[in-house]
Amino acid sequence: MSRFTDQPSPMAQPKSFLWTRRVVLTLLLAFVLVPVYVMLSSSLKSLQDVQGSFKWIPHSLTFKPYIDIWKTIPLAHYFVNSVIVCVSATVFSVVLAIFAAYVVSRYRFMGRKVFTVTVLSTQMFPGILFLLPLYLIFVNIGNTTGITLNGSRLGLIITYLTFSLPFSIWMLAGYFDSIPRDLDEAAKVDGCGPLGALFRVVVPAAVPGIVAVSVYAFMTAWGEVLFASVMTNESTRTLAVGLREYATQNDVYWNQVMAASIVVSVPVVAGFLLLQRYLVAGLTAGAVK
Amino acid sequence: MTATAPPRRAPEAGPSSGKSAAGRRLRPRIVERLRQGGLPYLLLLPAVLAELLIHIVPMFFGILISFKNLTLFYIHHWNTAPWAGFDNYKAAVKIHQPIGQALLHSFWVTLSYTLLSVAFSWLLGVAAAILLQDKFRGRGLIRTIFLVPYALPAYAALITWTFMFQQDTGLVNHVLHDQLHVTSSKSFWLIGDNSFWAMVIVSVWKSWPFAFLALMAGLQNIPRELYEAAAMDGAGVWQQIRKITMPSLRPVNQVIVLVLFLWTFNDFNTPFVMFGQNPPHQADLISIHIYQSSFINWNFGSGSAMSVLLLLFLLVVTAVYLLVTSRGRSENDV
Repeated sequence: MSRFTDQPSPMAQPKSFLWTRRVVLTLLLAFVLVPVYVMLSSSLKSLQDVQGSFKWIPHSLTFKPYIDIWKTIPLAHYFVNSVIVCVSATVFSVVLAIFAAYVVSRYRFMGRKVFTVTVLSTQMFPGILFLLPLYLIFVNIGNTTGITLNGSRLGLIITYLTFSLPFSIWMLAGYFDSIPRDLDEAAKVDGCGPLGALFRVVVPAAVPGIVAVSVYAFMTAWGEVLFASVMTNESTRTLAVGLREYATQNDVYWNQVMAASIVVSVPVVAGFLLLQRYLVAGLTAGAVK
Repeated sequence: MTATAPPRRAPEAGPSSGKSAAGRRLRPRIVERLRQGGLPYLLLLPAVLAELLIHIVPMFFGILISFKNLTLFYIHHWNTAPWAGFDNYKAAVKIHQPIGQALLHSFWVTLSYTLLSVAFSWLLGVAAAILLQDKFRGRGLIRTIFLVPYALPAYAALITWTFMFQQDTGLVNHVLHDQLHVTSSKSFWLIGDNSFWAMVIVSVWKSWPFAFLALMAGLQNIPRELYEAAAMDGAGVWQQIRKITMPSLRPVNQVIVLVLFLWTFNDFNTPFVMFGQNPPHQADLISIHIYQSSFINWNFGSGSAMSVLLLLFLLVVTAVYLLVTSRGRSENDV
């Protein structure tokens, strides 16, 4: 299980430390796991059950919410939208970032500083800052050229680049820096061009970093709410916005909301936990430096 | 064959100049020049274009419309919107007028929300990272579980918390009222004063695993010999943590505090999923405040001016923070 080098403790720990560890870790585990338990247990309850006072142990278990979620709202449709938008945004940003990060990491060129500072600083800008102008630009492009960006999947993919691209460039440049230059220099001496060196040497050596960046970009896009709530319409709506529709005028189908939350979370959480080793390595090399 | 030969001397320069046909010589030279001088720019071009499209142009556009009186009426022809000069900015900073007053209120809410959330997230992150530094049974499993809030999609986690905070059917009131009898009646968590605290709790739950993750990575870089030497000198675990662990974590701490601050200050997901488009007055975070004035009141000019002010504030905070922390660091090095 361990993702880090396990080091033996240099000395016996005093009781006070061991007790603090037990107490603090138990409390933290409870804090982390209670919502997860609520999500899981409520998703297996009947509507009647979730409408009464909360119960730790469900009266009876039912899988009905997992069947109903697909009928109450077009969940499958939103799921497809989310997958298309998030995968495209991830692929676009990682591919663009591989080229850019390679250049930033391996070449000293005019404008390098300007580029890196711009990329780095846009990361801290609030999303709302880009949302308003992008929305208006999309509306105007639609009016003048007839290309509908506002409300389309493409429009949403473009807006998702606002956070995934700078992040990917920044992380990958850090990761490429950690790959010895001698490797691609040697490839060039052996007859590879710079592009050959990039694809035959640097990219293969950076697979963990590329995986990490891709997963992070995908995860961030999958959980994004702000752009999705403004830039989509009924046919392009993503899960982030769609899940709210389980609330009707009279009721909130909490059991279905929880079941749907489990369904949309499982792929991402499973992917994250499976690739945890890469993720931590990528983060360490790219960011902590 | 030196592997460290500078990239400027491409290996094909030698053999190609041997063949003296002018046409043949020209092509490699162009290719070569392209490879040396042009290629970096060529590879960078897509990213630069994308950056222009998604960041630079929208930013200038945003600044431009912050000087315009852009309302729903002009939305399809933004360039015909009347020029407002600094009116939007003036309205935003006039703290005795309704718009300025609301913005200032929202600013204070956001600031206290951010400071509380960052402080607790950092504290939990440090505690968990240090307590999990040494090997013991179950350590890997605990570490994995701690990362779950980070991996869960924001809205799924936030919706679950909203359910837990429901007045009648939620877990929080069930525990506080039915089980522990702490409160005399089931309190409201999603309206009124409690809504602020509900939001802080959820935010800490979402962000502390990031601090934990980064700090765990930071702990890997502390040489084990330092602890061994300290143990030889008779320092206990607590002293080692204070004298070795905490100072070594300083660079990581500086980064995560800044990153957490910026993220939390810009947080939109938490209030939006928990409260919808109209958060309670006590939980009126700045990003949702701007969202409201833009997409509910359809006053883009005013919303843009507020975004620019928000950006300026964050830039100043970041600059001051970097200045202060880098000064501290260079003194340490001496």
